[in-house]
Amino acid sequence: MSSEHEEHLPIQLRTEALEQLLVEAGLVDPSIMDRFISTYANDVGPLNGAKVVAKAWTDPDYKARLLDEGTAAIGELGFKGPQGEHMVVVENTDDVHNVVVCTLCSCYPWPVLGLPPSWYKDPAYRSRVVREPRAVLSEMGLSVAADKEIKVWDSSSEVRFFVLPQRPAGTESLSEEELAALVTRDAMVGVAEVSV
Amino acid sequence: MTTSAVVLDIEGVAAPPRSNGELVFSAPWESRTFGMAMALYDAGAFVWDDFRDALVGRISAWEAAPPEGECYSYYQCWQGALEDVLAAKGLVGHDQLAARGAELAARPAGYDHSHGDGDDHGHDHGDHHH
Repeated sequence: MSSEHEEHLPIQLRTEALEQLLVEAGLVDPSIMDRFISTYANDVGPLNGAKVVAKAWTDPDYKARLLDEGTAAIGELGFKGPQGEHMVVVENTDDVHNVVVCTLCSCYPWPVLGLPPSWYKDPAYRSRVVREPRAVLSEMGLSVAADKEIKVWDSSSEVRFFVLPQRPAGTESLSEEELAALVTRDAMVGVAEVSV
Repeated sequence: MTTSAVVLDIEGVAAPPRSNGELVFSAPWESRTFGMAMALYDAGAFVWDDFRDALVGRISAWEAAPPEGECYSYYQCWQGALEDVLAAKGLVGHDQLAARGAELAARPAGYDHSHGDGDDHGHDHGDHHH
């Protein structure tokens, strides 16, 4: 690791310098970079996960496959790719609330949620949610009943967790597509619930 | 690309991720360092776990001794990790990068054509928030 000559160089110049060197060496093609950036900035996002959740809510067989083999069931809907090789789905119930973190860096299931929001990457979230999940969730606007267990799942290079939220009451008549529109990114990380 | 093509519906339910939160990148350099790592990984320049290990190293080093007055920036750690992996692979050395960076820094004022986003004052700390 080398930090001694970094301090004087603004980060924008470091990235610009590296890109120049990589392009000159033929190691990266800027148009491929642009494609990845555009894909992850615009196309791959929580909507994918919302579709997975809505399908699980409306199709019991799919839900069973999802909880059993997350990566494969998510792949059935066409969502796969980097950071989605080992996805495990944990289900919220009346007794258990699940919340996801990556304590070491910011591992996150990109194919279903896109890139992580800034709070997910923040040192405070990463360290505190493990120690005091109830307090952190409450600060984020989710109060979990005292008699409900909170499970904190630490994503890693081996496993990326994804929360299957509870289907809200009163949504029996909604279509799968209408249900998907209710599901938020925060609910799939476990810092919110789905509401109508 | 190894990413699967995802067909987007454009309306309603299918609104892209912004509708569900903030922008993915808070400054152009963040997207460039992200794009470099993805393009290199896609081309087989390194395996992802090596990159992740380097990223964990950068983040834990920052957290162990946060530089005074500096906000945490995930993508700054990301860039550092990328530099570490490329140096370890012998593809781009730290010194080589520092030399090129110094050349860029020595450009005359007013050269700039792409930093209309206001991040060219040298005090942008990326995705900080409190």
